Amino acid sequence: MIYFDKVSKWYNDKESVALENITFQVAPHEFVSIVGHSGAGKSTLLKMLIAEDRPSEGSVFYESLDIHRIPRGKLPKFRRKIGTVFQDFKLLSNKTAFENIAFAMEANGRDDSEIAENVPQALALVDLEDKAWNFPHELSGGEKQRVAIARAIVNQPDIIIADEPTGNLDPIATYEVVQILRKINDLGTTVIMTTHNKGVIDELERRVITMDSGRIVRDDATGKYVL
Amino acid sequence: MWVAFKRVVRAGLVGFWRSTFVSFASVFVMTIALFVIGAIMVIDQLLGASLQQIESKVDINVYFNINASEADMQALQTRLESLPEVSEVTFTSREEALEAFRERHRGDELTIQALDELGENPLGASLSVSAKDTSEYETIARFLEEQRAEESPQTPVIDRVNFVKNKEVIEKLTGIIGVVERASIITMLILVSAAVLITFNTIRLAIYTSREEITVMRLVGASNTFIRGPFMLQGVLYGIVSGVIALIVMYPVLYWLGPGTTTFFNFNIFHYFLSEFVYFSSVIVGSGIALGLVSSALAVSRYLRA
Repeated sequence: MIYFDKVSKWYNDKESVALENITFQVAPHEFVSIVGHSGAGKSTLLKMLIAEDRPSEGSVFYESLDIHRIPRGKLPKFRRKIGTVFQDFKLLSNKTAFENIAFAMEANGRDDSEIAENVPQALALVDLEDKAWNFPHELSGGEKQRVAIARAIVNQPDIIIADEPTGNLDPIATYEVVQILRKINDLGTTVIMTTHNKGVIDELERRVITMDSGRIVRDDATGKYVL
Repeated sequence: MWVAFKRVVRAGLVGFWRSTFVSFASVFVMTIALFVIGAIMVIDQLLGASLQQIESKVDINVYFNINASEADMQALQTRLESLPEVSEVTFTSREEALEAFRERHRGDELTIQALDELGENPLGASLSVSAKDTSEYETIARFLEEQRAEESPQTPVIDRVNFVKNKEVIEKLTGIIGVVERASIITMLILVSAAVLITFNTIRLAIYTSREEITVMRLVGASNTFIRGPFMLQGVLYGIVSGVIALIVMYPVLYWLGPGTTTFFNFNIFHYFLSEFVYFSSVIVGSGIALGLVSSALAVSRYLRA
């Protein structure tokens, strides 16, 4: 489904190399965790995947489509297939939880009846039905991240990309968020997550890709956190 | 499709109302620019009408020698009327000229007495020649000079030809109009640039204020139209509102000036404004929309990369 083909990224004429010769595949319905120190290149790798940035060398394929060959105008359509979750939640502070999730559907041109149907379902999936009308500042960190996940899945994407989703959360919230991601994966959505939380990795017992200084150093089917 | 359009419109309206003070500044400058455009249109018409009037009043006067014979005078008139450049020739007899003179100087005791002293009519007959176009007067004047040169010195017919002064008036007026037009275009360009710059800045501010939303919109895969549309619409709204305000302000101003222009230029700009209202409002509101679109397009292309 996703194929990184000898992807490299450098800045300033190879003075700083963010990614070096990255090659790996992700099959549909997989749950992949990418671990590494800060600066190992995890976030850069994810940016390549959502076409936020271009590789200096190599290609990224999404189901045999070269992502960086997609014309500018068609990029939004591509991005709709990917749900994103970030460490800093990226919620809109002047909208309620419901409205934040609905926003993702509005931006995709879905009409109000579809929104009225799908948003409550997404809220139910992340266990936040009773907080639908709260604003982000009225929610805890874990609840905010769950809203972000609900927004990521409401358009039923093929794949969820989570960049350090538990970075700002306490252990309990961390656990809850990871359980939700696991549930989403069990329902059929591919999940790619970056993290440097040892506990999460060890508990998941799923595929772990370890990165160091821009290179992939390990790729275990049921990995443990080893750095 | 329609739903998306409604959402873009709603977002545009929200943006318009949200930053009220900044929007006010933008609308204010644009209104002034549009008002000036309207004023230029009106002044243009005014000066054009006056020029036309003066041109129609301009003519060449041929003054005959008091001893010129009927036949000679008649012959000249016929020759003039046959010229293709001439539209009309009017003959004033000696008696008519005297009557007119007496009328003009009615209250002037001294002049009337002097005239009576003379006993006889000192004035000659005259012809008033109107040309089809002001540029043709030169040709007619030259023709008359030729006629005069051909006369035998014993029987002079043409006493003098009066044209030069009128030509000067026309040239002066044309010159003034040229200067006014150039000045107004420069003024308009300055104001239009100011309006575009301020609106550009206002939209850029609106983009900045919405940067969180824009980031999220991009991430969830909103189309470029959905992201850019509201800002373009905001620019257009500024244009429409400014255009309408400019028209509303023009109404009383022209109403107030109308009688004045009638007196001076024989052209009522208020009546002109009313009769051409549709044309006027289309140009002014249309210009507003154009200015708004240009400003927001510039801001969006600079600060909202695809």
